[in-house]
Amino acid sequence: MTDWLLVLAGALVGAPLRYLLGVDAKFRLHSVFPWGTFAANASAALLLGFVAQGATDGDLGPRLQLLLATGFCGALSTWSTFSYELLTLGSARRLGLAGGYLLLSVGAGVGLSFAGAAVADAVF
Amino acid sequence: MLTEVHFLTIGEAHYSVQGPAHPPAHANPLSPDLAQYGVGMLQKMALHTHSHPDHHPGVQLSVVGAVAVGGAAGAAARYGAELLWPTGPSDFPWTILLVNTVGCFLMGVLMVTLKLRFPAAPRLISPLLGTGVLGGFTSFSHYTDNVRQLFDEGRPGYAVGCMLLTVVAALAAVTAGAVATHAALGHGYRTRDGA
Repeated sequence: MTDWLLVLAGALVGAPLRYLLGVDAKFRLHSVFPWGTFAANASAALLLGFVAQGATDGDLGPRLQLLLATGFCGALSTWSTFSYELLTLGSARRLGLAGGYLLLSVGAGVGLSFAGAAVADAVF
Repeated sequence: MLTEVHFLTIGEAHYSVQGPAHPPAHANPLSPDLAQYGVGMLQKMALHTHSHPDHHPGVQLSVVGAVAVGGAAGAAARYGAELLWPTGPSDFPWTILLVNTVGCFLMGVLMVTLKLRFPAAPRLISPLLGTGVLGGFTSFSHYTDNVRQLFDEGRPGYAVGCMLLTVVAALAAVTAGAVATHAALGHGYRTRDGA
């Protein structure tokens, strides 16, 4: 029961944070490039790399994994909105932008995941 | 089939995924002069009052709450899937791949359904179900971390496979969901694409 509550608690913060990042990026940057979703996915990838590697190193326990990894990072990041944004850009024939968004997201996401894990290795 | 996708008009629905706060791209030219920025925003706010009632600043708490509740439900569903079908760090992460693929498909279905069938749906529906439930259900960070762990576990083939297969599956799923819903609702792709 506690496990589920931890997941819910993390997601209750992560999901609206992603929404607010999206609103804020749109308002500030006025760009068709979905910087909000990109920021949410990239920061979640960085944090999850840190948290997951922290578990492997033995210092971040299962409770923190449920709260931060499954709940917060999982809800902060998204594939569904990401893919729909790609479809929207593709439908508008912004194929270069769509391809750049895809490559940048995947490249930065995987890279930041390694970076977060490296930080965890250094800290723990 | 692919050429038909080009005629999907999902600009407005797209922005309601991100939150109802944004004007569609075609009505949103970059202001050439920063001094004009405030005036331009006010004009756009006036123009888009009806379809985009939650212009930033002044994010509505009800929308944030809907996203939070939906996101928690989606994350719980993903957690349930991980409990039902656990995958070890050196296994191919089928569960997260499946979760993300299903979430992308449903996003395509949801956005097109809302646009074509329920254009006057309560304004919290899209934040609740799209940004919230489906956004919380799918996880980009689990995807990137699975790829990293597979590299770390000495499974570079799985890592690259997971990286590429997820991209292909997600894009195919969201496209299939949108196209199938268009077809099922009996709308031509250009019905609302006059501009």
